[in-house]
Amino acid sequence: MSGEAGPETGGPRIEGPRIADPEETGGLDIRGLEVRYGPVRALRGVHLSVPGGAVAAVLGANGAGKTTLLRAVSGTLRFHRGAITSGTVAFGGSRLDGVPAAAVVRRGVVQVPEGRRVFARMTVAENLRAGALGVPGRRAAAARERVFELFPVLAERAHQRAGLLSGGEQQMLAIGRALMAGPSLLLLDEPTLGLAPLMAARIADTVRQINAQGTSVLLVEQNAAMALALAERAYVLEVGEVALSGPAADLAASDEVRRRYLGVGAPETDRPVGTGPGPAPGPAPDPATDPAAEKHERTRLARWTA
Amino acid sequence: MAVFLELLVNGISVGAVYALIALGFVVIFKATEVVNFTHASLLLAGGYVIARLHPLIGFWAALAAGIAAAALVGALVEFLILRRAHVGSRGVLAIVTIGVDILLTTELTRQIGTEVLALGDPWGDRVLHLGPVTIAETRVVALAVAAALIVAFLLAFKFTGWGVAMRATAEDAETAALMGVRLGRVSLSAWAVAGALAAVAALFLCVFPTPGLDRGTAAAAMKAFPAAILGGLDSTTGALAGGLIVGVTETLMSGYQSELAFLGRGIGDAAPFLVMIVILLLRPSGLFGTKEPARV
Repeated sequence: MSGEAGPETGGPRIEGPRIADPEETGGLDIRGLEVRYGPVRALRGVHLSVPGGAVAAVLGANGAGKTTLLRAVSGTLRFHRGAITSGTVAFGGSRLDGVPAAAVVRRGVVQVPEGRRVFARMTVAENLRAGALGVPGRRAAAARERVFELFPVLAERAHQRAGLLSGGEQQMLAIGRALMAGPSLLLLDEPTLGLAPLMAARIADTVRQINAQGTSVLLVEQNAAMALALAERAYVLEVGEVALSGPAADLAASDEVRRRYLGVGAPETDRPVGTGPGPAPGPAPDPATDPAAEKHERTRLARWTA
Repeated sequence: MAVFLELLVNGISVGAVYALIALGFVVIFKATEVVNFTHASLLLAGGYVIARLHPLIGFWAALAAGIAAAALVGALVEFLILRRAHVGSRGVLAIVTIGVDILLTTELTRQIGTEVLALGDPWGDRVLHLGPVTIAETRVVALAVAAALIVAFLLAFKFTGWGVAMRATAEDAETAALMGVRLGRVSLSAWAVAGALAAVAALFLCVFPTPGLDRGTAAAAMKAFPAAILGGLDSTTGALAGGLIVGVTETLMSGYQSELAFLGRGIGDAAPFLVMIVILLLRPSGLFGTKEPARV
């Protein structure tokens, strides 16, 4: 993980890695994002950033808007009749909103879709080749080496039909296929969903390795323990809004997050389980870029972790 | 026996030409999930350009121009109409293609009028004698060319980046887009390839023993529809098998028409559709319609 460790700014028990400005580091920067599927608003006022080289996690229940958020970045909302109705998505300083999916890939942002979605009728090798279609041919061979290093089993099964791989192997293939494009930012949608715990841990290790090699990661996960262990920064989405964000370690320590997403019992607080997590309605501004929001967030976190 | 062999060889040759048309049909369906009823008019357009240009620029140049023209018409239909028709259902798009087909065919048949246009091919009405079997040279050439084109196409489909993009899109368009595949280009190229194949088919549908290109040629092209459907709409192998089945059935039924007089005249034209219905009753997704490999 390349996120710099260091105190955020004082505050008892509130420490975490310092998050760099995504504009400076060529990271992902989402501001005031609103997404609609026809009349249905799926996201509202979402601020989120993934600095270059960092791992950020997005937590949230089913239907919170996690997958929509990734679609907005990868340019695939149109496949679901959705559209960005306000706000911006930028990567490395250039806008991604309104850019078609294939062009997003060429800018170095590649998504591993939920449910793996390998090309079942094609072989493992052909799947990997498909992953490299958006990049010049020369880079594909080097990328394949890297993928086979990460996932030796894919080399062994190169000529097998992808539909016949196990769930874990299919997830490896889906990640490997995305890496073929040599992404600067990898978007992972529920990579451990439906996998055995051992395989989930293996995928987590792989994400760590991929990140160590310089690829930023935006990880959407229901497995909050894994996501918070991997990420430097985390965001909690509730009903289309960022309900909470902060350094992952702080979120992991927060009673509310522990109780709701980590399944750990916590002492009674002033809020019953199952209600909104924060006292502040509306979208949470991004504390990485907004000092006032950072202070506000510390206050909220302090209350929860007290 | 000699008659049967002659009919069989002729049937295979005609079937190979149908397979070319069916292949284009299948390629468009795989890339865009649209059932393309414009196919017959693409074929007619290619044939028309060859027929009009060969007296001016010679047969081979006219053939190249006809192939290019049909590819261009296909690409234009995709680019100008289908890409912009933001309708929800693929069924509606199929009906849009019927509309486009009627427009194109009406204009082309108006141009052709009552003429029968020769395509100026170099094979003429020569025949080959292979033992007891006598066969038109055009049929042998048709078989060879169709086989070569089909092999080249299947190799490209299997091994080139274009083929991988095409198959990925056919399987899951959204995920293909996430891999950087430009869906617009895939769709455009599918239409262009289908148009080009249709133009080659037009040539062989209009040479000896057929008198030439006339307003009925589009109807002949329609026989490739049952070929594509009985083979399995999403299967290239199915297009080949379907083409051959339709070609052989039609030729045999027409050849033995006098013995089959109780079935009425024109049974050769109806037979491909009967075969299609029987096959679909037995195998609803066609002979080679893909079933997902799945772990259980």
